[in-house]
Amino acid sequence: MKNFSSLSEIKASLKTGTLSCATLVEHYLKNIEEHKHLNAFLEVYTEEARLQAQRVDEKLRLGTAGRLAGLVVGLKDVLCLQDKGLQASSKILDGFISQFTGTAVQRLLDEDAIIIGRQNCDEFAMGSSNENSAFGPVRNAADPDRVPGGSSGGSAVAVQADLCQVSLGTDTGGSVRQPAAFTGLVGFKPSYGRISRWGLLAYASSFDVIGIFAKSIEDCALVLEVMAGPDEYDSTATQLEVPAYTQKLDRGNAKYKVAYIKNTLESEGLSAAVKQRTVEKLRWLEEQGHTVEAVDFPLLDYMLPTYYILTTAEASSNLSRFDGVRYGYRSPNADSLESMYKLTRSEGFGAEVKRRIMLGTFVLSASYYDAYYTKAQKVRRLIKEATQALLGTYDFLVMPTTPTTAFKLGEHTEDPLEMYLADIFTVHANLCGIPAISLPNGTDSSGLPVGIQIVADLYQEDKLLAFSQYLQGAAT
Amino acid sequence: MKIDKQTLQKIAHLARLEFEEESAEAMMADLSKILDWVEQLNEVDTEGVEPLTHMSVEVNVLREDLSQEPLSRERGLKNAPEKDQDYFRVPKVLE
Repeated sequence: MKNFSSLSEIKASLKTGTLSCATLVEHYLKNIEEHKHLNAFLEVYTEEARLQAQRVDEKLRLGTAGRLAGLVVGLKDVLCLQDKGLQASSKILDGFISQFTGTAVQRLLDEDAIIIGRQNCDEFAMGSSNENSAFGPVRNAADPDRVPGGSSGGSAVAVQADLCQVSLGTDTGGSVRQPAAFTGLVGFKPSYGRISRWGLLAYASSFDVIGIFAKSIEDCALVLEVMAGPDEYDSTATQLEVPAYTQKLDRGNAKYKVAYIKNTLESEGLSAAVKQRTVEKLRWLEEQGHTVEAVDFPLLDYMLPTYYILTTAEASSNLSRFDGVRYGYRSPNADSLESMYKLTRSEGFGAEVKRRIMLGTFVLSASYYDAYYTKAQKVRRLIKEATQALLGTYDFLVMPTTPTTAFKLGEHTEDPLEMYLADIFTVHANLCGIPAISLPNGTDSSGLPVGIQIVADLYQEDKLLAFSQYLQGAAT
Repeated sequence: MKIDKQTLQKIAHLARLEFEEESAEAMMADLSKILDWVEQLNEVDTEGVEPLTHMSVEVNVLREDLSQEPLSRERGLKNAPEKDQDYFRVPKVLE
């Protein structure tokens, strides 16, 4: 079976009768089986997916099918689906079964999407290589000796290897865009609050958003349109009306003002290939008559430290709920309540999660709160204000998604700081709560995918997706 | 900032974690290194800047105040490592 580039292609085949949801699901199930070595899925919902496919085929026959009929979706192992396992790739949630379905996932189901399984990720979404999973690393389908990026690595590889059409990941500091860049996909992070977080296992609540892996902008726009909007279970989800993103992808001959931050292209760790691809894209935009200007952004170097102080602080608080009392793993070796807490958490969490909980607990402790936590909140405001001032003048910021292409397994596992640098260009959008996307931007000399990142102002997803569609259209 | 053994133990207790000899050494080294790195922020002048504490643009979004059962007791207890009919069970707290 062919690798469909978009849901509209699938729908066209469904319409002519050359394809049914049932055969489509069998195709993905077979692909999943044949790509087990990539370790992308933690659990495959074989029977449910088959059953749902039959139901959707019947609805198609009756003409009552929803907008996502024919879309097969995978979920990162941090999104709740009722009566299915969920454990954030962590031992501490061994045996956990979701007791409800999260809002975003429910909205996909309501439009007749088929959920095919849950996908491997870094433990509690903490990592940039998918090597921090209790279930082992995920491998990049472009080169199995290389990482897929993280933390939503399984979700990226599942779309890359055509194990499903679309995946939902989460993006706290780049966890959708960075793996999308490493696997040659579209990876989209909406504005903070655009999609409800109800049913998303929290890492850092003022950063977390649900994001989308897709092969096309139109799929991305459609899935966003279905999931976005107010939710009575998440008061941070915006009440703003949801634009018809799918209807706004064509902006004709619009001319844009684009800025790139000078020091991103002069950054020390930036690989020659990624730099070259980025410069080429900027030059092309200029040739097409768009305005492209270099700007200074002196706060660039402070983004990662700000990100790590704030996210670890929030994580230490969010992850305090994993205490062995109400769900998941409980250490069998405890003889008192306190030792139960300590042993459960020490045995259940992996090394990186413990490191971040410790750092977060430290920066929130009474003696250091102001010096670290409050300080970072102040710098966050400066970064957000400076960025939105730029986006008042320019339509978009353009920069590499990642400093390098996919690195080898084990290459950065020794030094946590080295690994953190993989997110140097992606944390920006999360610090500001603004939307950003990674688009495929050619390959390096070894054929590994390169990504380019476009950043827009708050709630300008429609404009961002239209520009992305334009760039993608030009690339093919 | 250098994290010594005493600080590590204090923080570990607050986080309800424990570290054995060897992993304690590694954690102290990692934390010290990461803290040195984040201390770059001291170079930024934040005089008079208000901390940014909320990212949502929404203010006081409330749903109608109706009594509902969001999760049944049965479902609430479903994942408990140890429970009886109505409660989670934990090791004895009082002698």
